[in-house]
Amino acid sequence: MYNYIQNLADNTLILGQRLAQWCGHGPFLEEDLALTNTSLDILGQAQMLLNLAAEIKGDGSTADDLAFLRDAIGFKNVILVEQPNGDFAHTMLRQYFMDVYHVHLYTILSGSSNQSLAEIAEKSLKEVTYHLERSQLWMQRLAHGTKESIDRLQNALNELWHYTHELFEESEELDDLVEQGIAADPIHLKIHWEADVKEWLASTALTIPKTGWKATGGLNGHHSEYLGLMLCEMQFLQRAYPDCEW
Amino acid sequence: MKLYEIFLRAKSGLSHKHVGSLHATDSQMALQNARDLYTRREEGESIWVVDSSQIVSSNPSDKDAYFAPAEDKIYRHPSFYEIDKEVKNI
Repeated sequence: MYNYIQNLADNTLILGQRLAQWCGHGPFLEEDLALTNTSLDILGQAQMLLNLAAEIKGDGSTADDLAFLRDAIGFKNVILVEQPNGDFAHTMLRQYFMDVYHVHLYTILSGSSNQSLAEIAEKSLKEVTYHLERSQLWMQRLAHGTKESIDRLQNALNELWHYTHELFEESEELDDLVEQGIAADPIHLKIHWEADVKEWLASTALTIPKTGWKATGGLNGHHSEYLGLMLCEMQFLQRAYPDCEW
Repeated sequence: MKLYEIFLRAKSGLSHKHVGSLHATDSQMALQNARDLYTRREEGESIWVVDSSQIVSSNPSDKDAYFAPAEDKIYRHPSFYEIDKEVKNI
Protein backbone atom coordinates (compact mmCIF):
# COMPACT_ATOMS: atom_id res chain seq x y z
CA MET A 1 0.00 0.00 0.00
CA TYR A 2 2.81 2.41 0.87
CA ASN A 3 4.55 1.91 -2.48
CA TYR A 4 1.33 2.52 -4.35
CA ILE A 5 0.52 5.78 -2.57
CA GLN A 6 4.16 6.78 -2.91
CA ASN A 7 3.96 6.30 -6.68
CA LEU A 8 0.80 8.41 -6.96
CA ALA A 9 2.23 11.07 -4.64
CA ASP A 10 5.58 11.31 -6.40
CA ASN A 11 3.94 11.54 -9.84
CA THR A 12 2.10 14.63 -8.67
CA LEU A 13 4.96 16.14 -6.66
CA ILE A 14 7.45 15.91 -9.53
CA LEU A 15 4.97 17.00 -12.19
CA GLY A 16 3.90 19.95 -10.02
CA GLN A 17 7.51 20.99 -9.50
CA ARG A 18 8.23 20.74 -13.23
CA LEU A 19 5.25 22.94 -14.05
CA ALA A 20 6.31 25.44 -11.37
CA GLN A 21 9.55 25.89 -13.30
CA TRP A 22 7.50 27.73 -15.95
CA CYS A 23 6.79 30.49 -13.43
CA GLY A 24 7.92 33.71 -15.08
CA HIS A 25 8.83 31.89 -18.32
CA GLY A 26 5.39 31.22 -19.83
CA PRO A 27 4.84 32.15 -23.48
CA PHE A 28 2.53 34.99 -22.41
CA LEU A 29 1.25 36.34 -19.13
CA GLU A 30 -2.13 34.58 -19.12
CA GLU A 31 -0.60 31.18 -19.93
CA ASP A 32 2.15 31.70 -17.36
CA LEU A 33 -0.51 32.08 -14.67
CA ALA A 34 -2.54 29.15 -15.98
CA LEU A 35 0.49 26.84 -15.92
CA THR A 36 1.45 27.75 -12.37
CA ASN A 37 -2.20 27.54 -11.31
CA THR A 38 -2.22 23.97 -12.59
CA SER A 39 1.05 23.38 -10.76
CA LEU A 40 -0.47 24.54 -7.48
CA ASP A 41 -3.47 22.22 -7.93
CA ILE A 42 -1.17 19.29 -8.54
CA LEU A 43 1.13 20.15 -5.63
CA GLY A 44 -1.99 20.25 -3.45
CA GLN A 45 -2.74 16.69 -4.54
CA ALA A 46 0.87 15.75 -3.79
CA GLN A 47 0.53 17.16 -0.28
CA MET A 48 -2.61 15.13 0.44
CA LEU A 49 -1.09 11.95 -0.98
CA LEU A 50 2.19 12.44 0.87
CA ASN A 51 0.30 12.97 4.12
CA LEU A 52 -1.44 9.66 3.51
CA ALA A 53 1.86 7.99 2.62
CA ALA A 54 3.47 9.32 5.80
CA GLU A 55 0.54 8.05 7.83
CA ILE A 56 0.87 4.56 6.33
CA LYS A 57 4.63 4.58 6.82
CA GLY A 58 3.98 5.27 10.48
CA ASP A 59 7.57 5.94 11.56
CA GLY A 60 6.98 9.58 12.45
CA SER A 61 8.08 11.02 9.10
CA THR A 62 5.94 13.82 7.71
CA ALA A 63 4.87 14.74 4.19
CA ASP A 64 7.64 17.36 4.18
CA ASP A 65 10.25 14.76 5.15
CA LEU A 66 9.14 12.59 2.25
CA ALA A 67 9.24 15.49 -0.21
CA PHE A 68 12.47 17.12 0.86
CA LEU A 69 14.66 14.50 2.52
CA ARG A 70 14.47 11.53 0.16
CA ASP A 71 17.15 10.87 -2.45
CA ALA A 72 16.33 10.19 -6.09
CA ILE A 73 16.39 6.42 -5.61
CA GLY A 74 13.64 6.75 -2.99
CA PHE A 75 11.27 8.40 -5.47
CA LYS A 76 8.72 6.15 -7.16
CA ASN A 77 7.38 8.46 -9.85
CA VAL A 78 7.16 7.48 -13.51
CA ILE A 79 10.06 8.82 -15.57
CA LEU A 80 7.63 10.75 -17.78
CA VAL A 81 6.96 13.45 -15.18
CA GLU A 82 10.62 14.20 -14.48
CA GLN A 83 11.40 14.82 -18.17
CA PRO A 84 12.57 18.39 -18.78
CA ASN A 85 9.92 20.92 -19.77
CA GLY A 86 11.44 21.35 -23.24
CA ASP A 87 9.36 23.65 -25.39
CA PHE A 88 5.70 24.45 -24.77
CA ALA A 89 4.55 21.54 -26.97
CA HIS A 90 6.59 19.13 -24.79
CA THR A 91 5.16 20.48 -21.59
CA MET A 92 1.58 20.45 -22.82
CA LEU A 93 1.79 16.97 -24.38
CA ARG A 94 3.21 15.56 -21.13
CA GLN A 95 0.45 17.41 -19.30
CA TYR A 96 -2.21 16.01 -21.64
CA PHE A 97 -0.91 12.45 -21.11
CA MET A 98 -0.98 12.94 -17.34
CA ASP A 99 -4.37 14.68 -17.33
CA VAL A 100 -6.04 11.83 -19.24
CA TYR A 101 -4.39 9.38 -16.84
CA HIS A 102 -5.37 11.31 -13.72
CA VAL A 103 -9.00 11.74 -14.78
CA HIS A 104 -9.41 7.96 -15.23
CA LEU A 105 -7.33 7.18 -12.15
CA TYR A 106 -9.22 9.48 -9.80
CA THR A 107 -12.58 8.43 -11.25
CA ILE A 108 -11.82 4.85 -10.21
CA LEU A 109 -10.16 5.77 -6.91
CA SER A 110 -13.18 7.88 -5.88
CA GLY A 111 -14.73 4.48 -5.19
CA SER A 112 -11.67 3.04 -3.45
CA SER A 113 -12.25 0.87 -0.41
CA ASN A 114 -9.64 3.01 1.35
CA GLN A 115 -11.67 5.94 2.66
CA SER A 116 -8.77 8.45 2.77
CA LEU A 117 -7.71 7.64 -0.78
CA ALA A 118 -11.31 7.89 -2.01
CA GLU A 119 -11.67 11.36 -0.49
CA ILE A 120 -8.41 12.60 -2.00
CA ALA A 121 -9.45 11.23 -5.40
CA GLU A 122 -12.87 12.83 -5.24
CA LYS A 123 -11.41 16.26 -4.49
CA SER A 124 -8.64 15.93 -7.07
CA LEU A 125 -10.99 14.75 -9.81
CA LYS A 126 -12.57 18.22 -10.03
CA GLU A 127 -9.16 19.78 -10.55
CA VAL A 128 -7.85 17.36 -13.16
CA THR A 129 -11.13 17.51 -15.09
CA TYR A 130 -10.39 21.17 -15.70
CA HIS A 131 -6.71 20.49 -16.42
CA LEU A 132 -7.73 18.01 -19.09
CA GLU A 133 -10.16 20.45 -20.66
CA ARG A 134 -7.29 22.92 -20.91
CA SER A 135 -4.61 20.58 -22.24
CA GLN A 136 -7.08 19.02 -24.71
CA LEU A 137 -7.74 22.39 -26.29
CA TRP A 138 -4.01 23.05 -26.50
CA MET A 139 -3.52 19.69 -28.21
CA GLN A 140 -6.12 20.66 -30.80
CA ARG A 141 -4.60 24.09 -31.35
CA LEU A 142 -1.07 22.79 -31.71
CA ALA A 143 -2.00 19.74 -33.81
CA HIS A 144 -4.07 21.82 -36.24
CA GLY A 145 -1.99 24.97 -36.04
CA THR A 146 1.02 25.90 -38.15
CA LYS A 147 3.72 23.69 -39.63
CA GLU A 148 5.95 24.70 -36.74
CA SER A 149 3.43 23.81 -34.06
CA ILE A 150 2.75 20.43 -35.70
CA ASP A 151 6.50 19.71 -36.03
CA ARG A 152 7.11 20.60 -32.40
CA LEU A 153 4.23 18.44 -31.22
CA GLN A 154 5.47 15.50 -33.33
CA ASN A 155 8.94 15.93 -31.82
CA ALA A 156 7.43 15.91 -28.35
CA LEU A 157 5.42 12.78 -29.20
CA ASN A 158 8.58 11.06 -30.53
CA GLU A 159 10.37 11.72 -27.26
CA LEU A 160 7.61 11.23 -24.71
CA TRP A 161 5.55 8.32 -26.04
CA HIS A 162 7.97 5.66 -24.72
CA TYR A 163 7.59 6.97 -21.20
CA THR A 164 3.83 6.55 -21.06
CA HIS A 165 3.86 2.73 -20.68
CA GLU A 166 5.19 3.06 -17.16
CA LEU A 167 1.86 4.52 -16.01
CA PHE A 168 0.30 1.07 -16.49
CA GLU A 169 2.99 -1.23 -15.16
CA GLU A 170 1.67 -4.26 -13.34
CA SER A 171 3.06 -5.93 -10.24
CA GLU A 172 1.98 -8.58 -7.76
CA GLU A 173 1.71 -5.99 -5.03
CA LEU A 174 -0.56 -3.88 -7.20
CA ASP A 175 -2.68 -6.91 -8.12
CA ASP A 176 -3.36 -7.50 -4.43
CA LEU A 177 -4.42 -3.89 -3.93
CA VAL A 178 -6.71 -4.04 -6.96
CA GLU A 179 -8.26 -7.21 -5.57
CA GLN A 180 -8.92 -5.48 -2.24
CA GLY A 181 -10.63 -2.62 -4.10
CA ILE A 182 -8.00 -0.12 -2.97
CA ALA A 183 -6.10 0.57 -6.19
CA ALA A 184 -7.09 1.15 -9.82
CA ASP A 185 -6.51 -1.76 -12.20
CA PRO A 186 -3.63 -0.77 -14.54
CA ILE A 187 -5.05 -2.83 -17.42
CA HIS A 188 -8.35 -1.02 -17.17
CA LEU A 189 -6.56 2.35 -16.95
CA LYS A 190 -4.45 1.54 -20.00
CA ILE A 191 -7.49 0.64 -22.11
CA HIS A 192 -9.24 3.90 -21.28
CA TRP A 193 -6.12 6.05 -21.59
CA GLU A 194 -5.18 4.59 -24.95
CA ALA A 195 -8.71 4.91 -26.28
CA ASP A 196 -8.79 8.63 -25.44
CA VAL A 197 -5.28 9.44 -26.64
CA LYS A 198 -5.56 7.42 -29.85
CA GLU A 199 -8.92 8.96 -30.66
CA TRP A 200 -7.31 12.38 -30.45
CA LEU A 201 -4.25 11.27 -32.45
CA ALA A 202 -6.49 9.85 -35.18
CA SER A 203 -7.95 13.31 -35.71
CA THR A 204 -4.45 14.71 -36.35
CA ALA A 205 -1.58 14.13 -38.77
CA LEU A 206 0.65 13.01 -35.88
CA THR A 207 2.15 9.52 -35.81
CA ILE A 208 3.17 7.36 -32.88
CA PRO A 209 6.90 6.52 -33.02
CA LYS A 210 7.51 2.88 -33.96
CA THR A 211 10.70 1.99 -32.09
CA GLY A 212 8.82 -0.10 -29.56
CA TRP A 213 11.16 0.86 -26.74
CA LYS A 214 9.47 1.24 -23.36
CA ALA A 215 10.92 3.18 -20.46
CA THR A 216 10.85 1.37 -17.13
CA GLY A 217 12.43 1.55 -13.68
CA GLY A 218 10.92 4.69 -12.16
CA LEU A 219 8.65 2.68 -9.87
CA ASN A 220 11.74 0.99 -8.43
CA GLY A 221 13.66 4.23 -7.99
CA HIS A 222 15.73 3.94 -11.17
CA HIS A 223 15.35 7.34 -12.75
CA SER A 224 16.75 9.43 -15.56
CA GLU A 225 19.52 11.89 -14.74
CA TYR A 226 17.00 14.73 -14.75
CA LEU A 227 15.38 13.78 -11.45
CA GLY A 228 18.54 14.19 -9.38
CA LEU A 229 19.25 17.59 -10.87
CA MET A 230 15.73 18.69 -10.17
CA LEU A 231 15.82 17.44 -6.58
CA CYS A 232 19.06 19.39 -5.96
CA GLU A 233 17.11 22.55 -6.61
CA MET A 234 13.85 21.49 -4.96
CA GLN A 235 15.45 20.15 -1.78
CA PHE A 236 18.31 22.65 -1.44
CA LEU A 237 16.80 24.78 1.31
CA GLN A 238 15.82 21.92 3.64
CA ARG A 239 19.16 20.21 3.05
CA ALA A 240 21.24 23.33 3.66
CA TYR A 241 19.14 24.63 6.54
CA PRO A 242 17.55 21.58 8.20
CA ASP A 243 14.13 22.23 9.77
CA CYS A 244 14.20 25.81 8.56
CA GLU A 245 10.78 27.50 8.59
CA TRP A 246 9.53 30.83 7.34
CA MET B 1 -3.79 37.66 -29.91
CA LYS B 2 -7.15 39.24 -29.36
CA LEU B 3 -8.35 41.24 -26.37
CA TYR B 4 -11.33 39.97 -24.40
CA GLU B 5 -13.39 41.65 -21.67
CA ILE B 6 -14.21 39.50 -18.67
CA PHE B 7 -17.46 39.56 -16.69
CA LEU B 8 -18.05 37.59 -13.49
CA ARG B 9 -21.19 36.81 -11.53
CA ALA B 10 -20.34 36.55 -7.86
CA LYS B 11 -23.42 34.49 -6.96
CA SER B 12 -26.72 33.59 -8.51
CA GLY B 13 -29.24 36.43 -8.41
CA LEU B 14 -26.61 39.07 -9.07
CA SER B 15 -25.65 40.27 -12.50
CA HIS B 16 -22.34 39.74 -14.28
CA LYS B 17 -19.89 42.51 -13.53
CA HIS B 18 -16.91 43.67 -15.55
CA VAL B 19 -13.67 42.68 -13.79
CA GLY B 20 -10.96 43.28 -16.38
CA SER B 21 -9.59 42.06 -19.67
CA LEU B 22 -7.05 39.56 -21.02
CA HIS B 23 -5.41 38.27 -24.18
CA ALA B 24 -6.27 34.98 -25.91
CA THR B 25 -6.24 33.52 -29.41
CA ASP B 26 -9.82 32.26 -29.27
CA SER B 27 -12.91 32.49 -27.11
CA GLN B 28 -12.38 29.11 -25.41
CA MET B 29 -8.88 30.11 -24.39
CA ALA B 30 -10.26 33.42 -23.13
CA LEU B 31 -12.79 31.57 -21.00
CA GLN B 32 -10.14 29.28 -19.50
CA ASN B 33 -7.69 32.12 -18.93
CA ALA B 34 -10.45 34.10 -17.23
CA ARG B 35 -11.04 31.15 -14.93
CA ASP B 36 -7.34 31.04 -14.08
CA LEU B 37 -6.85 34.78 -13.72
CA TYR B 38 -10.05 35.99 -12.12
CA THR B 39 -11.59 33.17 -10.09
CA ARG B 40 -8.61 31.93 -8.07
CA ARG B 41 -10.10 33.28 -4.85
CA GLU B 42 -13.71 32.18 -5.35
CA GLU B 43 -14.69 35.50 -6.89
CA GLY B 44 -17.36 34.04 -9.10
CA GLU B 45 -19.52 31.16 -10.22
CA SER B 46 -20.20 32.22 -13.77
CA ILE B 47 -17.98 33.82 -16.44
CA TRP B 48 -18.77 35.75 -19.60
CA VAL B 49 -16.05 36.64 -22.05
CA VAL B 50 -16.67 39.17 -24.78
CA ASP B 51 -14.44 39.99 -27.72
CA SER B 52 -13.47 43.60 -26.96
CA SER B 53 -13.88 44.60 -30.60
CA GLN B 54 -17.57 43.60 -30.37
CA ILE B 55 -18.32 46.21 -27.73
CA VAL B 56 -20.01 49.35 -29.02
CA SER B 57 -19.35 52.20 -26.63
CA SER B 58 -20.44 55.78 -26.27
CA ASN B 59 -17.94 58.44 -27.17
CA PRO B 60 -16.51 60.46 -24.25
CA SER B 61 -17.02 63.65 -26.28
CA ASP B 62 -20.76 62.90 -26.37
CA LYS B 63 -20.94 62.96 -22.59
CA ASP B 64 -22.92 66.17 -22.33
CA ALA B 65 -25.40 65.35 -25.06
CA TYR B 66 -25.97 61.87 -23.70
CA PHE B 67 -26.01 62.31 -19.95
CA ALA B 68 -26.42 65.95 -18.92
CA PRO B 69 -30.16 66.15 -19.74
CA ALA B 70 -30.88 63.67 -16.92
CA GLU B 71 -29.25 65.86 -14.27
CA ASP B 72 -32.28 68.04 -13.46
CA LYS B 73 -34.90 65.30 -13.64
CA ILE B 74 -34.72 64.09 -10.09
CA TYR B 75 -38.36 62.86 -10.27
CA ARG B 76 -37.11 59.92 -12.32
CA HIS B 77 -35.51 58.41 -9.23
CA PRO B 78 -37.83 56.16 -7.25
CA SER B 79 -36.52 57.79 -4.05
CA PHE B 80 -40.01 58.72 -2.79
CA TYR B 81 -40.96 55.14 -1.98
CA GLU B 82 -40.27 53.56 1.35
CA ILE B 83 -38.33 50.35 0.91
CA ASP B 84 -38.78 47.51 3.34
CA LYS B 85 -35.52 46.86 5.18
CA GLU B 86 -35.77 43.17 4.32
CA VAL B 87 -35.33 43.99 0.62
CA LYS B 88 -31.75 43.81 -0.52
CA ASN B 89 -29.86 44.41 -3.74
CA ILE B 90 -31.88 47.42 -4.91
